Amino acid sequence: MKRFAQLISVLDSTNKTNKKVAALTAYFQTAPKEDALWAVALLSHRRPSRPVTTTQMREWAAEVTALPPWLFEESYHIVGDLAETIALLIPQSTSEDPPSLAECIAEIIALKQQPEAAKKAYILKQWQQLNTIERFVFNKILTGGFRIGVSQKLMTRALSKAVAIEENLLAHRLMGAWDPQKTTFDALIITPKPEDQLSQPYPFFLAHALDEGFFEQEDPTAWSIEHKWDGMRAQLIVRKDQLFLWSRGEELITDKFPELQVLAKALPNGTVLDGELLVYKDHQIGTFNDLQKRIGRKTVSAKLQAEQPVILMAYDILEYNGEDVRAQTQNARRALLETLFQKYQQPALPLRLSPVLFFDRWEAVAAEREQAEVKRSEGLMLKNVKAPYGVGRKKGNWWKWKSDPKTIDAVLTYAMRGHGRRTNLYTDYTFALWEEDQLVTFAKAYSGLTDAEIKQVDRFVKQNTLERFGPVRQVKPELVFEIAFEGLAPSTRHKSGVAVRFPRILRWRHDKKISAANSLADLKKLLP
Amino acid sequence: MKKKRKSALLEFTAKGIYCAQAKVYLDPWRGVDKAIISHGHADHARWGSKHYITQEHNVPILQARLGDLHYEGKAYGDPFTINGVKFSFHPAGHVPGSSQIRVEYKGEVWVFTGDYKVQEDGISTPFEPVRCHTFITECTFGLPVFQWAPPASVHEQINSWWAKNSATKTTSLLMGYSLGKAQRLLKHLDPSIGKIFTHGATEKMTQVLRQYIDFPATELITRETTKKDIEGHLVLAPPAVMGSSWAKKLGQHATGYASGWMAFRGARRRRAVDKAFVLSDHADWQGLLSAIKATGCENVITTHGYTELFAQYLNEQGWNARTEKTQYEAETLEAEVVES
Repeated sequence: MKRFAQLISVLDSTNKTNKKVAALTAYFQTAPKEDALWAVALLSHRRPSRPVTTTQMREWAAEVTALPPWLFEESYHIVGDLAETIALLIPQSTSEDPPSLAECIAEIIALKQQPEAAKKAYILKQWQQLNTIERFVFNKILTGGFRIGVSQKLMTRALSKAVAIEENLLAHRLMGAWDPQKTTFDALIITPKPEDQLSQPYPFFLAHALDEGFFEQEDPTAWSIEHKWDGMRAQLIVRKDQLFLWSRGEELITDKFPELQVLAKALPNGTVLDGELLVYKDHQIGTFNDLQKRIGRKTVSAKLQAEQPVILMAYDILEYNGEDVRAQTQNARRALLETLFQKYQQPALPLRLSPVLFFDRWEAVAAEREQAEVKRSEGLMLKNVKAPYGVGRKKGNWWKWKSDPKTIDAVLTYAMRGHGRRTNLYTDYTFALWEEDQLVTFAKAYSGLTDAEIKQVDRFVKQNTLERFGPVRQVKPELVFEIAFEGLAPSTRHKSGVAVRFPRILRWRHDKKISAANSLADLKKLLP
Repeated sequence: MKKKRKSALLEFTAKGIYCAQAKVYLDPWRGVDKAIISHGHADHARWGSKHYITQEHNVPILQARLGDLHYEGKAYGDPFTINGVKFSFHPAGHVPGSSQIRVEYKGEVWVFTGDYKVQEDGISTPFEPVRCHTFITECTFGLPVFQWAPPASVHEQINSWWAKNSATKTTSLLMGYSLGKAQRLLKHLDPSIGKIFTHGATEKMTQVLRQYIDFPATELITRETTKKDIEGHLVLAPPAVMGSSWAKKLGQHATGYASGWMAFRGARRRRAVDKAFVLSDHADWQGLLSAIKATGCENVITTHGYTELFAQYLNEQGWNARTEKTQYEAETLEAEVVES
């Protein structure tokens, strides 16, 4: 625990990539293997299941610090992070040597089965014997959400240096649903057995939003253009007559889409496809909202399957005939993908090939992008024809050029204090639209303002508060903002009756009075 | 018969904290005829008043910051009377020359703290509690999450950071406010590790304080200073140099920053320095509470910082506490979070 807390404190205190990699590498080289395995797990967002609720942690912390509960809560809202608040509030009062990281996590795992009194006793003991940074790390292990500016890619790079195994190979080994309780550092990282890797996905390659000046510098014929399908990214694996489906979040989702099982037989062993899961019915691609009805379900009824049948829209091939083909060029992989489709595709299979388009003028590409809504996509993907299939979010070879968002002018009605670096500023806003003479909440948005604008809005909020609800303030309706969002769908769970996707602030409409803001009826006109 | 309402000894007005009986202002934020000043920081000592009365060690600081104006210096504990109101300065321990201002009229005593801390910093006259009826207190760090470590341990961290950088020929750029923090850091640096260089703003204030405080030797960075000259040594500078072209000219360097706000992870990450040191010239939660208890006061007025929360807590603990708005807002988390 000491060593790991020390690592976190170094990672947390620098924004220089080289220093982070050096600290991680040194950790992996010196830590006991059980600890190193858990460090890899925690830094790739795998953690033991939570033995206590955050409510319990808050109550116990308020009790042990002898603070009135309201003051504890206010402190929490100002600090913005429960793990840190508790770390700051509780003084270290004993100092035994803390357990190792692996021991500590083993204790946390065992705790889950214990009665509440034993849980409380254990956690209070740890709080009092750990120092501030160790206490913070301990709380983070309990509550999850280690955000310390270390991407999986960075961690993999450091691990690669420490164990002298190539980075791409390691990234592959670390994919998927491995459980640190059921494997070892050696079995996972150093010498994995092939049979353990049957379901192993490849790291996804991710696109960046187009850079400014792209069109001036690039020749359209060097780019393969596809529609950016508005579904759920997935990797489909067929090995040894078995089918595995992985989400981009490295979750195994095979069971959620039983209609894809036929592909285990229809496709040859040693096939891995990258694509988008879409609802597809009557030769028509469904909306993201249709797909959402499937995503949340663990078990899928036959009725739901019939109503919202899902296909994989394939656009890349990562393994062909059992061979990793990621290093081949975009065009070469595309040729392999088309060969596979020629041999094995049948109209009845839940599988489609995403069409590739080529253009010689960017104007023509722009015109194609205008077709996005008709074609049920959310814009275009631009892929460098000579590029290999990369790892993670590497810039330069894959770009997304999304459709222009829909926008609406809404009134600021509530504001909440931010978290992290925006602690103590009102940065999280609720917006409303008119329905007759009432303002009805329709969206929350966090990003899109400059720091200077945030400061101005913050001052407005503090000076125009109508009522307070803990960290939230109701403000005088006066400011109008243009809110952009990607799509919208009818919703019974929202007061407004409409759910919008990815709402964000496009600009502050200083020029508009609240009477000029849009109405809920205007929003509903945008429904597809 | 209508009873004439007696006005409070100190009132909060548009120009500042006002004593009507003596017709003087304490730390006014607009120009006035007569101003009594707690300490030299810009939000407490403002330009534009005709006559300034302050603690004698603060006079050269005001001269350096505000220019040649009409100043009158008083020793700690040395009372003076204006129209029957007795005033005196008492050590606030915040920065050199900083004072609490005691105001007494017809047996009623008020104390205005300005800014203060109860930890000793080695350069300021240590804080002394003053008995009073009404205590006007800052509460910049008036939340229980603020608990300062013993300063000696922080200075030890700073010296070992410097020694480590020095071993790899990396220059240490240590940042802190020019008045108070910089000299407090300087006082505890270990000159056996290397030389101590200064930014112009830091050097100017240090020279002023050298009149009555002993510091390790410093060397001002000038146009002629080369990267080689400072390599592995330490540079003291104000926080504003972070990322500036001035800092780039220092060559390979590690950045360190000392502030109470560095207790917050969010603030540390926003600052993005290589090493953050939690070192404040304000009282922490326990410091504020112990200071208030030591005054024996009944009434507390909280001014800048987490005023409302702190006042609410004090009320629950049996004090008669309320908040007043002031314009002393130099060292807030907002300033820390959003900075142009």
